[in-house]
Amino acid sequence: MITVKDLSVTFQNSGRSIHAVRGVSFDVAPGETFGIVGESGSGKSTVLKAIAGIIASSSSALEVDGRSAAKRRSREERRLMQFVFQDPYASLHPRQTVDDILREPLIIHGIANLDEKVSAAIADVGLSPQHRFRYPHQLSGGQRQRVAIARALILRPPILLLDEPTSALDVSVQAEILNLLSKLRRSYSLTSILVSHDLGVVAHLCNRIAIMQLGRVVEVVRAGDLRVGAVSQAYTRELIAASRGFTRAVT
Amino acid sequence: MSAPLLTVEDLNVSFPGRGGITRAVRNASFTLGRERLGIVGESGSGKSTTGRALLGLISHPGVVTAKTMRFGSDDLLACTESDWQQLRGRRMSMVMQDPKYSLNPVRKIGQQIGETCRLHLGSSRKDAEQRTLAMLEAVKIRNPDMVYHLYPHQLSGGMGQRAMIAMMLVAEPDFLIADEPTSALDVTVQNEVLRILDDLVRDRGMGLIFISHNLTIVSSFCDRVLIMYGGKIVEECAAKDLHKARHPYTRALIAAAPSLDVQRAELATVTRDPEWLL
Ligand SMILES: Nc1ncnc2c1ncn2[C@@H]1O[C@H](COP(=O)(O)OP(=O)(O)OP(=O)(O)O)[C@@H](O)[C@H]1O
Ligand SMILES: Nc1ncnc2c1ncn2[C@@H]1O[C@H](COP(=O)(O)OP(=O)(O)OP(=O)(O)O)[C@@H](O)[C@H]1O
Ligand SMILES: [Mg+2]
Ligand SMILES: [Mg+2]
Repeated sequence: MITVKDLSVTFQNSGRSIHAVRGVSFDVAPGETFGIVGESGSGKSTVLKAIAGIIASSSSALEVDGRSAAKRRSREERRLMQFVFQDPYASLHPRQTVDDILREPLIIHGIANLDEKVSAAIADVGLSPQHRFRYPHQLSGGQRQRVAIARALILRPPILLLDEPTSALDVSVQAEILNLLSKLRRSYSLTSILVSHDLGVVAHLCNRIAIMQLGRVVEVVRAGDLRVGAVSQAYTRELIAASRGFTRAVT
Repeated sequence: MSAPLLTVEDLNVSFPGRGGITRAVRNASFTLGRERLGIVGESGSGKSTTGRALLGLISHPGVVTAKTMRFGSDDLLACTESDWQQLRGRRMSMVMQDPKYSLNPVRKIGQQIGETCRLHLGSSRKDAEQRTLAMLEAVKIRNPDMVYHLYPHQLSGGMGQRAMIAMMLVAEPDFLIADEPTSALDVTVQNEVLRILDDLVRDRGMGLIFISHNLTIVSSFCDRVLIMYGGKIVEECAAKDLHKARHPYTRALIAAAPSLDVQRAELATVTRDPEWLL
């Protein structure tokens, strides 16, 4: 469903270039949930943005659903894929209410039963009707993140790009969202890429997981192998160890 | 322990709105010593609002009331806006949950942190630059020289979060509220950042309120934990005993966390009981 081959992204900043992604390759099969974990600043969000066509990239192949994704996209092609950004605050318009935010994609794509669809989307992510006419700044961090998820899901897109979708959610709401994603995957063939720092989350939801460091994929492991520590890179082992919690050095 | 750094009794915060009043915090009482106090709880349970109220950051039309709100020898209930400005930054500060939103979008990271040094420490321009670079390095930014010259939108999520932490720590406050300070960090960097906070508590006697959804971190890093639900503190326990917590909401939380060790087809969810709100 998604093919990425030798993907590179370079940013220019006051004469210096930042080589954020350096030759990343992977495939995601239809119906698969592919995970990406790795060091902060290693290029995870940049990879997703390149796939979504939000930023310029170079590659020997970048394909979504059999079509080249490197060019400008039509409305139909954009509907194929939805993005939940890492930073929900920045991606929600401050002067739009939750209702406006959820209505917009439905209107753009000419979909009927607006009211019903909006209230179902709100309920899907565990928000209540009282949140419907609030502005983003009147919501808690996790409530904002759920609005961003509801907006991405409302069109039931074939492909979802999820950048830290549950990092601002308490584990009880996170469980509801993860179960919702599993349910959607069963009810129609949803393909997704999930970026997360939580190894428990990626192991739960993903089939395979890419580990990134310094712009590169250092290895791709199966969820089961991640669980039992059957990995080949020292960095992956460090991540697994660090996910066990904070250890105070004994002095 | 000596007299607490912070004493809060019956804190209430409400927001009047179109559909009635939202009681975001309800009769919260707690104290903070020179320790790490965790706050966990459901999304929307009032954790960030509690933090903002302690720093005088609830703006109109929000209403804050309390029986006691005392920081050291200062009565926070009697603070005027200029008193708050004296306190904030230098003596108390908060790492906000949405780091990029709290940073100024049109100023370079280095300039913003440097400004904090000049404002609160009276540093010279040169000294401020040195301190800023050292602080960025301390929070494990790989390329401090480069990041110094970037704007907030050019940072990754976790770099923004660390820039924010660096900015709040340069002034060496006595009391810090860290609201989800490590949620965008990979687990190895996260532990490094926790170590910095830990040192400040241990060596400088800073009081820390640590708001987090990550139960593994809270139980391994904090001393005590408050559990919030629907604006109320429903339970308090020693952090290391979090797994033995009693309240049904806390128990359900623990069961809902996906773990690397246990594979489940479906995650347990919380069946909320209206009684918990009484
Ligand atoms: N618009 C931009 N201009 C310049 N540099 C950028 C820009 N966007 C990202 N970068 C740089 O690219 C690198 C990778 O950033 P990216 O956001 O992809 O990291 P990430 O893996 O998602 O990290 P995190 O886990 O912290 O979110 C970083 O060094 C970042 O500073
Ligand atoms: N300005 C506001 N106007 C109206 N309601 C508000 C406002 N700010 C917060 N609230 C409401 O107050 C409640 C508590 O919000 P708060 O941000 O403290 O939650 P939180 O515990 O930090 O949640 P999260 O874990 O999702 O960040 C929420 O129900 C929120 O919708
Ligand atoms: Mg990112
Ligand atoms: Mg919050």
